[in-house]
Amino acid sequence: MSALLPASPRAWFAAVVLALCAAMPVIAGAIDEPYYMDIFARMMIWAIAAVSLNLILGYGGMISFGHALYLGLGGYTVGICSYYGIDSALVQWPLALVIAALVALAFGAISLRTRGVYFIMITMALAQMVYFLAVSAEEYGSDDGLVIYTRSELGGGFDLNEPLHLYYTIFGCLLLALYFTRRLVASRFGMVIRGVQSNETRMETLGFATLRYRLAAFVIAGVMCAAAGVLSANVEKFVSPDALHWTRSGELIFMVVLGGMGSLFGPVAGALAFWLLAEVLSRFTEHWHLVFGPFLLLVILFARSGIDGLFGTRDDAG
Amino acid sequence: MDWVLLIEQCLNGFQLGVLLFLIAAGLTLTFGIMDFVNLAHGSLYMLGAFFCATLTLWTDSFLLGVLLGLPAVLAAGMLIEVTTLRTLYQRHHLDHVLATFGLILFFNELVQVIWPLDGLRVPFPPAFDGSVPLILGIEYSAFRLLIIVVGLAVAAGLWFLVARTRIGMLVRAGAANPAMVSALGVNIRLLFTFVFGLGAALAGLAGMLVLPILGANSGMGEQIIILAFVVVVVGGIGSIRGAFIAALVTGLIDTLGRSFLDVLLLAFLPTNAAEAAGPALSSMLIYIFMVVVLFLRPQGLFPPGR
Repeated sequence: MSALLPASPRAWFAAVVLALCAAMPVIAGAIDEPYYMDIFARMMIWAIAAVSLNLILGYGGMISFGHALYLGLGGYTVGICSYYGIDSALVQWPLALVIAALVALAFGAISLRTRGVYFIMITMALAQMVYFLAVSAEEYGSDDGLVIYTRSELGGGFDLNEPLHLYYTIFGCLLLALYFTRRLVASRFGMVIRGVQSNETRMETLGFATLRYRLAAFVIAGVMCAAAGVLSANVEKFVSPDALHWTRSGELIFMVVLGGMGSLFGPVAGALAFWLLAEVLSRFTEHWHLVFGPFLLLVILFARSGIDGLFGTRDDAG
Repeated sequence: MDWVLLIEQCLNGFQLGVLLFLIAAGLTLTFGIMDFVNLAHGSLYMLGAFFCATLTLWTDSFLLGVLLGLPAVLAAGMLIEVTTLRTLYQRHHLDHVLATFGLILFFNELVQVIWPLDGLRVPFPPAFDGSVPLILGIEYSAFRLLIIVVGLAVAAGLWFLVARTRIGMLVRAGAANPAMVSALGVNIRLLFTFVFGLGAALAGLAGMLVLPILGANSGMGEQIIILAFVVVVVGGIGSIRGAFIAALVTGLIDTLGRSFLDVLLLAFLPTNAAEAAGPALSSMLIYIFMVVVLFLRPQGLFPPGR
């Protein structure tokens, strides 16, 4: 039995947070605040996106400032499919992931040739390019966004119009994303990615085609983030160019850093903390960014290891 | 093709390019010298517009608004540098990006608290309200012409400052080897603060110059900062000459693309396809331009020689 219990404070924390996510529909029902279930659903979607970004940012050291692009791609694929009356998730979802993979492959191939600041800027500019494409797409609502009238039809007894089904689909995807990332990071592939982050020349000298590994990680992260976009479109029943604006990408990076870069569960904690903070602050004042901006600055200056850092130094990948 | 329209749009593109240069010059200097990525540079552009708007409405003179606004932006920039950004120079680029992202959120909200929610507008200064005749009987907005002239003059002044004065020599030396300059007895921290303030003043000036045309709004910096980054990256990080050329090319491509791309597409595509693709493609044009440049030259067009 003891093998099933979390082994460290860090693992306990993750287990408690995930248990809270799992139990939220019950808790929200008990205190009669169904709104909390909504917030948690959104937070978990952002958590999936943050986990995907952490794969390249935290483990791979690639500062992509255009990651929200994939969130938007997932959302728009669902939206545009639905616009043309294609509601089956069996079509929509794989299509969204394939499109994200192709775009990530192309954009990754272009941007990974560059280093440092150039990489930050080029990922940002490529995402902005797609942002403007979305803004100028009058057929799909341009600036005003695209309203999605029907949620994806999953079949097999699942109905995303049922709040509980939708909630646990998202929760399941979050668990899947965490499990997948954990396995990936611990695998040979993951070790190469982490090795490249600490010293690319060394990995090259050891005979690894580092660009290919980095590109593969870039594509995987894009696909995972697109999945978050698909879920988001189903929750909001709406997608707009805002979803892929560069400030969204900035928020995503902040979630990863706030939670703790390169830790498996950090981005989840970061995404939750980000939204709780936004939620609480915006109750006090509509100008909550006045507090939030300096808070971000203080985190960078004084709490660089994020929430994960509260649990001491890590000795492993997770 | 309408030649008058073409020349007019070329001038508009030139004017956008000059503005982009004013913003990009500060960015590329802080990149090149402090190795610092400043996303909040757009906020200084915004602050410039708001300061100038307030001062213009107080003094009833746009010229006074600019003359008093410039030192104000300069001071604001130096204050930001001394209080927060200075401690970040030694950190990773990621920290620069996030910290200045926090500053953006702060300043966007701050101007909404201080000034009216829908921003401020000022009228064109009377002397430049109207159009002037150019060659071939073309009339062009006097104020936009003023922007071009002021921008070019500032560019020339900046070139003189960096290439021909002692302080410019220190700036160039600081870019090449800050530790050595510091060892030679130069107060490098002061030099950094000066460079940051200079960049802030230039960005602020750009904000002031567009003020009568666009007004001052919260979030106006985000629109232009990405374009300025494109300019800096295309020109080669740290290169003022590169930023100047890239800014003019970017301004021209963007403006001409928006006005003539659909006409051009009509030659190849059926009408409805061209009308649909025109706006989409023209708004993506400069990013495509950047991608092509970086694909061919990952260090930009004019990487500063080290």
